[in-house]
Amino acid sequence: MSTHDRYALAATRPDFAAIAACIPQGASVLDLGCGDGSLLRYLNDTRKVRGYGVEIDDLDIVACIQNGVNVIQGDLESGLSGFESEAFDFVILSQTLQATRHTEPLMQEMLRVGREGIVSFPNFGYWRNRLNVLRGNMPVSKDLPYQWYDTPNVHLCTLHDFEAFCADHRVHILERRVMTGDSEVHLLPNLLGSMAVYRFKRAG
Amino acid sequence: MPHSPHSVGAVSAQRAQFDTPLAFMSGAVLPCYELVYETYGRLNSDKSNAILVCHALSGHHHVAGYYADDPKNTGWWDTMIGPGKPVDTNKFFVIGLNNLGGCHGSTGPSSINPETGQPYGAGFPVVTVEDWVESQARLADLLGIRQFAAVMGGSLGGMQALQWSLSYPGRVRHVLAIATAPRLTAQNIAFNDVARSAILTDPDFHGGNFYEHGVVPTRGLRLARMLGHITYLSDDAMADKFGRELLSGKLSYGYDIEFEIESYLRYQGDKFAAYFDANTYLLMTKALDYFDPAREYNDDLDKAFAVARANFLVLSFTTDWRFSPERSRAVVHALLHNRLNVSYGEITSTHGHDSFLMQHTHYHEVMRAYLNNVSREFAA
Repeated sequence: MSTHDRYALAATRPDFAAIAACIPQGASVLDLGCGDGSLLRYLNDTRKVRGYGVEIDDLDIVACIQNGVNVIQGDLESGLSGFESEAFDFVILSQTLQATRHTEPLMQEMLRVGREGIVSFPNFGYWRNRLNVLRGNMPVSKDLPYQWYDTPNVHLCTLHDFEAFCADHRVHILERRVMTGDSEVHLLPNLLGSMAVYRFKRAG
Repeated sequence: MPHSPHSVGAVSAQRAQFDTPLAFMSGAVLPCYELVYETYGRLNSDKSNAILVCHALSGHHHVAGYYADDPKNTGWWDTMIGPGKPVDTNKFFVIGLNNLGGCHGSTGPSSINPETGQPYGAGFPVVTVEDWVESQARLADLLGIRQFAAVMGGSLGGMQALQWSLSYPGRVRHVLAIATAPRLTAQNIAFNDVARSAILTDPDFHGGNFYEHGVVPTRGLRLARMLGHITYLSDDAMADKFGRELLSGKLSYGYDIEFEIESYLRYQGDKFAAYFDANTYLLMTKALDYFDPAREYNDDLDKAFAVARANFLVLSFTTDWRFSPERSRAVVHALLHNRLNVSYGEITSTHGHDSFLMQHTHYHEVMRAYLNNVSREFAA
């Protein structure tokens, strides 16, 4: 992949660079709901990871293979029983958390299979989203590109919500990166950040 | 379509003679033997573009193309192999062979034993998947192929592809294991046993030496094939294809063939019994039953695959209950444990175990994408 392609890929999904920043060279990675394998390919190219994706969609399976990444066809919602405990350095859930039905058991499974977990999700607390709701409409934006009636997102949350969830579920947050577009947000992240990446592990 | 630009065209079988004795897992030794094979495409200069296609229970070396003097006789995997097909013969050199013990030209129970001048019959050694891989490696030696770009197969053929990664980890870069299993379940062995019993109890079987009596255990073979066919199809596929349709449209209150499914099964049984060797059938089902790489590792499949170095594509079909997706996932689990490169696809298909032989757009797209990557690893 050329530098230009890589830049283009990172530009389409700003969370890619933030996720890659959490991952050391040569780590082993499991990407849940990996789609067409773009993130894994990006991590192969930039971090030389030993990676596998899990995906349910037929077309995405073909796309992953075309992207040269390992992919296991399966349904995240039925758990990760096909994977051994602590088999991976990192288990990633990129832009998928909000679309999972069984979010609690899946988070637990992530931390069984991986030593650390990484999630990225759109921040529902972002001011533009709040403004939309205040005006009386569900937000539709680049990060939340769906209408209320056709969205796969069933478990949207804010940064505060996710952090409270972690505290309640013995999940210890190691790192947080909040972004709007390509720029990192440090001031009032739950209000000014449109997207968040968290790295975490089991507490204690 | 024999004359399509995507067909490898007219092909002919070749024959290789081996005079180095082959020791079987059973302890038996075959002093010399022949293997019949076909090849498609061109072997490149450094011999790095070869794909070995392993056949299943009733398969053989005629995998793709057709015979000039018999244009309707197309290869059993012609949908998969040819110019521009998933196994693209513009890029790959493809080898199909008839396994040892077969009945399509390679040395088997119906061949003449040079020591006695009579057919081997019941005296032909029981062959295992490991033995086949050994004989296939010798064919590769003969063709000057040190390492296969890929070894592939479905069902029993998939078992051979898996075994290649264990017997010769350095001689295979990619394994494509389709609709297969790391070992048969008890239920699966049971089906094989009923099929074998049908043959073994046929009065025309004569303990395997029916050749000298000038008869063929047709009834046994027929029953074995009918049973096999039921297990290769899914309930839904059978319902779709035959339903409860009656041949004559009304009940006859007798035991003649009435339902379409009966007619179909008997036709398939008769067709098969007319050409397939009963001893070969017994031997093939036994090879299926015996395959179990985990056996010598205390049933630990993870340990069995510790020697493997290949990259893997594992595929299963949703309605395949004879070699269910769960069995393929067990293979994937062992490969993941050993940190090997593996992709796994579960193909939605209504056709049961037979799906792996069929034209299926998504299945073929997965194969095409994977083999496209394989072809990028060598120079044309």
